[in-house]
Amino acid sequence: MNINPVTNWIGSIGSASLGVVERLGYAVIFLLRCVVRFPKVIVRPSLVVQQLYSVGVLTVVITIVAGAFVGMVLGFQGYYTLVDFGAESSLGLVVALSLTRELGPVLSALLYTGRAGSALTAEIGLMKTTEQLAALEMMAVNPIQRVIAPRLLAGIITVPLLCAMFTFVGILGGYFIGVVQLGVDAGVYWSTISDGVDLYQDVVNGMIKSVVFGVIVTWIAVFEGYDSYPSAEGISSATTRTVVSGSLAILGVDYILTSLMFRF
Amino acid sequence: MSESSKSIVSIEEVGFFFGEKKVYANVSIEIPLRGISVIMGPSGCGKSTLLNLICGRLRPSSGNVKVFGQQVSNLNEPDLFRLRRRMGMMFQSNALLTDLSVFENVAFPLRENTDLPEELIRNLVLMKLEQVGMRGTQALMPSELSGGMSRRVAMARATVMDPELLLYDEPFTGLDPVSLGVITKLVRELTDALNTTSIVVTHDVEEGLSIADYVYLLGDGALLASGTPKELLESSQPEVRQFLHGLPDGPVPFHYPASDYRGDLLEH
Repeated sequence: MNINPVTNWIGSIGSASLGVVERLGYAVIFLLRCVVRFPKVIVRPSLVVQQLYSVGVLTVVITIVAGAFVGMVLGFQGYYTLVDFGAESSLGLVVALSLTRELGPVLSALLYTGRAGSALTAEIGLMKTTEQLAALEMMAVNPIQRVIAPRLLAGIITVPLLCAMFTFVGILGGYFIGVVQLGVDAGVYWSTISDGVDLYQDVVNGMIKSVVFGVIVTWIAVFEGYDSYPSAEGISSATTRTVVSGSLAILGVDYILTSLMFRF
Repeated sequence: MSESSKSIVSIEEVGFFFGEKKVYANVSIEIPLRGISVIMGPSGCGKSTLLNLICGRLRPSSGNVKVFGQQVSNLNEPDLFRLRRRMGMMFQSNALLTDLSVFENVAFPLRENTDLPEELIRNLVLMKLEQVGMRGTQALMPSELSGGMSRRVAMARATVMDPELLLYDEPFTGLDPVSLGVITKLVRELTDALNTTSIVVTHDVEEGLSIADYVYLLGDGALLASGTPKELLESSQPEVRQFLHGLPDGPVPFHYPASDYRGDLLEH
């Protein structure tokens, strides 16, 4: 056994990296096992609808509230920056582009991670701890098909819809501050948006981001729950990991997608 | 008649490791058809692992596990699920699905595995609930049940498909005396009424011996003894005597292995 501290240190980096790669590989296999089950889940939509309610509908309120405030802040900040250049007529465009391209997809996904992702992990982790997943297997029911895949599918459907709501409410919030409070012309506010926002470049790209975030965050959430150590402490650390790695993944992937989408 | 044709579960020279840790070295057990077989042993001797091997949730590191004559570790998922439809299992934590009512929990295996009409499902569920005395709880949620009630509902669910093999994981743990009496009686009654085979894994000596037709005593990764309760009680084997009579010291030492006590105290 070599006890040289330098080689020990290098060795520990190596073993930690192997651990990460192994878990990542396991997570990918897990995702594939879920995706293979999608056709069987789709023919039984009631399971997905239930999950759409718990991960989607219950997240709507915080999404709308957050969207309104973000839009209002954008209205203020945009107005006071633009007014120095006499460009406050572009306020609508600034608000709308920030929201459709970046803030809508990113913030709605972050809110979803905190509200629904953590709940998914905790729920699945608790089902594992209380042997409910094992009981499903013993009743000849595949837990991935019955429990995990419907939740994953519901998450993937939910996040882009939340993003659309967030963006819509945000633009209204910007309107409220810019037009109603600070006196930008209402017609100018809307016309700069309809002239300046491109359907493909801005709206579709924003939606693509949102779909990608939905897949990644829900995947992390259900995987962490399924892979959690079956104890109270295990569930709590799995939930933390969902929120932390989900949020970081959103921001990191957002950078990659932005640099690919808006390069030209 | 040969030995294997009379047995419903055969565990043949099974070795099992959890990572590096040895659970079994080489265990062979034949569970006979019909009646209650009780597998006993101290906590952590791998009793629950044995159930998981039988139902195919774990695969043995060596040896064979055969249930209904089929080798469990060779089955693919559809075949394994077909096998499990002939088994019912009751978990230590009862494992009722917390988002479904008592009625829906008991109906769950029928809804998932059969195409029976709603009317028939309702009748079957009510009959099984009546059998365990829990028909009045059908509208309640699992969180509204006491421990003993949950366990009875779990029993109704485990038997709803009329399984040929019933597995109980620690059915006597964590119950008040009245519930304990009820569960002990139900295990016996359900086995006889369904004319089925039950495998009960427990460390409760008194209850285990009182309902057992056959007893298997596990310890230290091996089968220590087997036979009828009477045979085991009369056994002079020290390990058997220690476990059945709850003696604090014996072949299983009171002390966890440690360095020399005197040396440890004087070290500093």
